[in-house]
Amino acid sequence: MAIDAATVRKVARLARIAEPEERLEPLARELNGIIAWIEQLQEVDTDGVEPMTSAVAATLPLREDVVTDGGDSARVLANAPKTVDGFFVVPKVVE
Amino acid sequence: MTDSATILKGRTGDWEIVLGLEVHAQVASKSKLFSGAAVGFGAGPNEQVSLVDAAMPGMLPVLNRFCVEQAVRTGLGLKAQINLKSTFDRKNYFYPDLPQGYQISQFKSPIVGEGLVNVDRDDGTSFSVRIERLHLEQDAGKSIHDLSPNETYVDLNRSGTALMEIVSMPDMRSPEDAAAYVKKLRAILITLGTCDGDMEKGNLRADVNVSVCRVGQYAKFRADGDFKHLGTRCEIKNVNSYRFIQQAINHEARRQIEILEDGGKIDQETRLYDPTKNETRSMRSKEEAHDYRYFPDPDLLPLVLDAAWVKEIEAGLPELPDAKKARLMSAYGLSAYDATVLTSDGDVAAYFEGAAKGRDAKLTANWVLNDLLGRLGKDGLEIKASPIPAADIAALVALIEDGTISGKIARTVFEHMWAGEGAPSAIVEKHGLVQITDTGAIEAAVDALIAANPDKAAAVKDKPQAIGWFVGQVMKETGGKANPAAVNEILKAKLGL
Repeated sequence: MAIDAATVRKVARLARIAEPEERLEPLARELNGIIAWIEQLQEVDTDGVEPMTSAVAATLPLREDVVTDGGDSARVLANAPKTVDGFFVVPKVVE
Repeated sequence: MTDSATILKGRTGDWEIVLGLEVHAQVASKSKLFSGAAVGFGAGPNEQVSLVDAAMPGMLPVLNRFCVEQAVRTGLGLKAQINLKSTFDRKNYFYPDLPQGYQISQFKSPIVGEGLVNVDRDDGTSFSVRIERLHLEQDAGKSIHDLSPNETYVDLNRSGTALMEIVSMPDMRSPEDAAAYVKKLRAILITLGTCDGDMEKGNLRADVNVSVCRVGQYAKFRADGDFKHLGTRCEIKNVNSYRFIQQAINHEARRQIEILEDGGKIDQETRLYDPTKNETRSMRSKEEAHDYRYFPDPDLLPLVLDAAWVKEIEAGLPELPDAKKARLMSAYGLSAYDATVLTSDGDVAAYFEGAAKGRDAKLTANWVLNDLLGRLGKDGLEIKASPIPAADIAALVALIEDGTISGKIARTVFEHMWAGEGAPSAIVEKHGLVQITDTGAIEAAVDALIAANPDKAAAVKDKPQAIGWFVGQVMKETGGKANPAAVNEILKAKLGL
């Protein structure tokens, strides 16, 4: 699989990362380098091997269904550039 | 299973509708899927938000055990495979009411796999819908667009609330079947107690996948499972009532047929249903976002369930609507239709069973289904809020059974019961509604009537159906309290019929 400038442009846009036009080609080259390396890893036969999901042998912790948080909108809104009556206020989103 | 596909006539031939549903059911939990903030309706803006829900840096999700249990319960209720190992993935997209920039969902390995739902139609036939999967995911926050002309207000109270997304196979062939499926799913969820099923509050929402194909293509799809036989589908969002589901499907199918008959092709896209205009329109803003770039959430290890725990949950399942329906039919001798309606709501079935003990089951079912549910519906009440307890309906049916009152008088008694006047026997006594079975009193009334109307009495011999007039007059004379059977009998004897 080869990545071209158009793919980089699309991925950058989906990730909301602004990349100037002249950076697209160099980025494509870098990404192709990474993919070539992954392809090399894929030469290893992993049939019947469970994917490793973590470096620590732990199980997913679960919590009880108890309300222990919330009720502090001031704290939640503290960093918002603009708020009105407890709402976050953002530029108009057109649906 | 009966196939009752809707056939739509086009200019170039007949078309069939193919429908699959994605139902989002909010888990009836106290707190959110990954945080300890409360889940609820009607709190002030951003009052039910933890720093996890607001996606502040460094916050980590911790899974709610109760939500996992409800997903398993629901899976068991859908006769579905429970996956002892499932994983959480990130579904990436940007929107102001999604502070994380991704939704935590289960893409690759859902907690529940394939299942099956049996659905009854109103005409007594039934069909089954295959369930593809059920997975746990987070709900988004709420954007409010009409509070300011140039801004959008965001409330994150709903953000992080646990949803079960239940995905069906494209097994529904008519708008009515799609609505019936949602109804059945809702009944199962409510019986299990895993979701309250409140569609008005958005706690149960449906996205409908609509496509059309030529007659016969669907049968090919069912034969080999290859989607290439079917048309391109569009996903219709925002259909949150049985009526809107049907309207949106009808409209969307027509739209697609028109495009195809004009030689065009259907773009796979998400469309929004607008009930006020009864039309669907493209959600262009989401077009590019369809590339969700799922990947395993590194904050969450795989969810591994203990098989013994699943067994324990299974042992604690309540009687499900299908089993309850079968039992009501065999134990009470009810028709399939009555049993279906009674079991569509667990509270209604419980009410019926509370009233039917020792009574004529069919008669009790009629009173519950027609009179009580009709009256409750008129006042917009749930059966739990019924001003008439089940024991009083039982007492009313008992009064009809032993001949104390007629079915007609019972309606009057019912009105007094509805008004909160208490037990039916007390009402009958207070208002003097006891049925007159004393033949002497009825005979006297009949004699007086015939004496006053000799011409009518003579005419009835040639026109026996005119007896109805006499019955009406006697009932009027006795304030509707005369036993109708006795009145008929005495009239026939006295009129020489």
